[in-house]
Order: sequence, then structure tokens, then C-alpha cells
Amino acid sequence: MKLSFLLFSTLAAFGVASAQSPAVSIKVPAGFAVASVAKDFGRVRHIAVNSNGDVYMKLEKLNKGKGIYRLRDTNKDGIMDDTLAFGNYIGTGIAIKNGYLYASSNTDVYRYKLDQQQNPVNPDQPETIVTGLVDKRQHASKSIALDNAGNIYVNIGAPSNACQEQDRKQGSPGMNPCPILETAGGIWQFRADQLNQSYKEGIRYATGIRNCVGLDWNNEVNELFITVHGRDMLYQFYPEMYDQKKGAELPSETMYMVKKGDDCGWPYVHWDHFQNKKILNPEYGGDGKKTGAEKAIDPLVGFPGHMAPNALLFYTGNQFPEKYKHGAFIAFHGSWNRAPENQEGFYVVFVPMKNGKPTGKWEVFADGFSGVDKVTNLSAVKHRPCGLAQGPDGSLYVSDDNKGYVWKINYNK
Amino acid sequence: MKKWMVLCLLLVSGMGMVVSSQTDRSGLKASMTRGKQVYDRYCLTCHQADGGGVPRMNPPIANTEYVLGSKQRLIGIVLNGLNVPLEINGEEYENPMASHAFLKDQQIADVLTYIRNSFGNKASAVTVAEVKSVRAKNK
Repeated sequence: MKLSFLLFSTLAAFGVASAQSPAVSIKVPAGFAVASVAKDFGRVRHIAVNSNGDVYMKLEKLNKGKGIYRLRDTNKDGIMDDTLAFGNYIGTGIAIKNGYLYASSNTDVYRYKLDQQQNPVNPDQPETIVTGLVDKRQHASKSIALDNAGNIYVNIGAPSNACQEQDRKQGSPGMNPCPILETAGGIWQFRADQLNQSYKEGIRYATGIRNCVGLDWNNEVNELFITVHGRDMLYQFYPEMYDQKKGAELPSETMYMVKKGDDCGWPYVHWDHFQNKKILNPEYGGDGKKTGAEKAIDPLVGFPGHMAPNALLFYTGNQFPEKYKHGAFIAFHGSWNRAPENQEGFYVVFVPMKNGKPTGKWEVFADGFSGVDKVTNLSAVKHRPCGLAQGPDGSLYVSDDNKGYVWKINYNK
Repeated sequence: MKKWMVLCLLLVSGMGMVVSSQTDRSGLKASMTRGKQVYDRYCLTCHQADGGGVPRMNPPIANTEYVLGSKQRLIGIVLNGLNVPLEINGEEYENPMASHAFLKDQQIADVLTYIRNSFGNKASAVTVAEVKSVRAKNK
């Protein structure tokens, strides 16, 4: 009795949910089952799951003074019964590679050595891998991914909507060339094991990327893939070119494979998945039809506008049915820039892929996170998918940065 | 006779008060109607139809000191925009707001009167004279 009370109070204090109490009903395809494994941690951005099943969460708002929480199931009964909190900084990125935990603030990337028991050796004194990256509040989160050659890739979002002289001001022209691209609006590559690197030591791996929040290394083809947030305000600023419906659907949110030196075209163009073209942005003389940035690469997929693809994960597990192998899961945070139209997103999408190329149309995989049928105001939304991770057993984890939930999705046949 | 005059005076002044508060109310109503049009065109996308804003990005305008408090500061935000770290009801918001100085004094007065009396807010109207005065000091 005393012991069970103690256990209960510990769980309640740290917001670890019992395996059978999802707060909203998450809809998944037949054969899959969803259980919440954490709740009420606040702004849980990206997540990483270690080979022993530990779940790491990176918080964008400190919770009891800490920005990283680790949940562990010590007795393997399916309930996370142990919580470790460390890191006094906010941020988005978190990843595990070769015995190290990597985590990012909005300016830096740190790493923590993990010991034999998979505990961080010195949780209060991480090594600083990268420092001094641009943080001008807008699009400041730094997502990270690691390859198999000792490199770490860091997204540096452009602190701007369309590189106008005056950001987000109707009628302000686009700057040409866009000076923001020198230090942001792209993916930078650094060494994963060298300390205190900044722009001088890094390589601008790919540019013309407004804000990529989802990125993952695809081990099947050994290349970097990214999901990108397209620009806002086409209808609001240019109603003569984009009506309310068009402005909600455009520009596309995009998924690219990027190789070293690639340019995705921001701020000069946006992708239009109806025309399948790179359309010149109105700030640069576009009229909704003129194309531009001919040297920029095309995306692999164009999704409906503003849905905010915040996480990308290539499925490498054996638990899910064969069609999911090598395919991409994408967590859509959900839109706001579609107003006054209803908002869209707030779900996890699956893109069937082989050899790094889509083999069919994307489909909604997990839905219902918003908790409402139609989203007319963001204040009514309960959860917003933000992070994805794959467990050692091939299960899929989804995090929420609105209320701080984490769900685990299993395939039970 | 005197009593009658006083009564009459009271009645007349009372009627005057009724008339003037009716003018206020219909003036407020007209300003609110015009203000909603400005809101829907220039503000709604970011601050949303219910004034609740967008978590982490665009601040709410329902039930905040920045809307219900100093009118000078509020008018200043519309004229100059806002792009500094600011905690509003315990949360920070990262998107910048552009200057909306292109709006006419009347439009700013109307939209601010509208937001100060919508979404559960209740505060005094903003007048064209108040906007003019802040704009003049702003230059």
C-alpha cells in the first residue's frame, strides 16, 4: 500500500503515463496500437530512443529548470518508472550516435558521452561541438542528424519569411542576393567529434532552405533528406494572385534529398505541387505563374501548404509490415497560416519509398492529435506532433510540443 | 414653480445623458464593425479568429496586459511593429510583427477598439485623436 502510493506519486510528479491512458484517441491503420508513454512535460520537441529503450526528450521550455528528460523502464514492465533530468538550456534537436547523446540549443550543439549502463557520464558538463549559430528568434530551432562518416548536420533556419527588406511587411521587396543565406537558410555540416566549431569550421552543405525542422540520414542510399516549411502570407499580401483557398494550399511543404552544394531555391521561388514547378515569389517579381531559380533542385514530394513538417524519420525496423521499410514518416505540426480557412496537419504521414524515391502517394498514418474535428483556432488544439523516433523493437514514437506527450505506436498484426 | 423648474431641468439633462450615451454606444458599435473588417484583413491570420494566437509564434491578444493596458503602448505596437523577446502570460513568441503604420488613424482606432472589446476583452475605446497623438510623437 505504502509502496504503491509511493510509486504512484513518483509517476504523477514526473508525468509518466501508464501505458493505457491516451488523452485523445489517435487513429492508426488496422493492426497498429497506440499507447502514451509520457505526458505533461511541456514543449517536447524532438525525441531520441536509445538501443536499450530509453526515451530522451528535448524541451523548448525548461521544466523544473531542465531542458532534457530521459525516461527509462527499469523493470521492463512497459511503464517508464525512472526519470533523469539534465541540461539547463532550451532547444529542439536530439540524437544518439556511436555512444554519444547529441542535443542542440538555439545556438549550439552539445554532446554527452554515454557509459556502459547508457547513462550520461557528465550530464552537467557536456562537450560543446558547435557554437555561435544564428538565433534571431524566428525559425531559431536547430534540428540535427548524423551520418555514418562522423559528420553532424545542423539546420540553421532563416530568420525571415521571404528575405524582404522589411520582414513580413506587405509590399517590401525581396533582397537580391539574399544576405541571410550567408549564415542561415540552409544545412551546415560539422564534424561530430570536434569541439567549439562554428561557421568557419563548418561547411554550408545545402542552401536555399527557409526552415527545415525535419531531417534524417537515409542509410539505404546514404544521403541526407529534409522536410521544409514553405513561406507564409501569399494570400494575405498578394490576394490579386492567390485567393484565400490558393493561399491556404500554397506554397507546398516539401521533402528533398539534398547533396553537398544543393540549392532548394528560397527565397526566390516556392514549390507549387499543382503546377509541379518552382514559382517565382512575388517579392522577386513573380505573378503566380512565372518560374525561377532554374539551378535549384526540385523536391521529392510537395505537400499541402503550411502544415509544418517538423520531423522526418526513415523506417528501418522489422516490426511494421514490409511496405513501411525504407519509407518516410513525417510529423506535421499543423498549420496556422491557412486562416481564415480551416487549419490542416496535426498528423503523422507515411511516404512509401525505395532507394530514396517515393513509390506511391503519401498517406495519413496517425491522426487525431488535435483532439478536434476541424481546427478553426490554434487555441483549441490539444496536441501538435513534433518529433519522431524509432524504438529498438521497431516501434514508432511520436512527441507533442503543445502539452508534452509521447506516444508509442506498435504493430500487433 | 421653482420645484417645477428644477424637475424640468433634471428631466432635460437626464434626456441629454441618455441621448449622449446612445451616441457613444452606436459610435462604439460602428467602430467595432469597421474594426472587425480591419482585423479580418490584417490581423486574423496570425492572431487567429478567437484572438488566441499561435503557441510559440504569435501572441494571443485575448486577456493580455499588452491589449488591455496602456493605449499608447498598444498604438505604438501597431505603428512600429514588434520584434523583441517578450513574455506574454508566461510564454515567449518568436514571429516578428511588421509595422502597420500604413493603416489610417481611423482604421487603427477602430481595430484597437475592436480587439479591446472582443475575445472576452473589455476596455475603453481607442480614439482617432489618441492614434494621431502617438503617431506625431513617433516621428
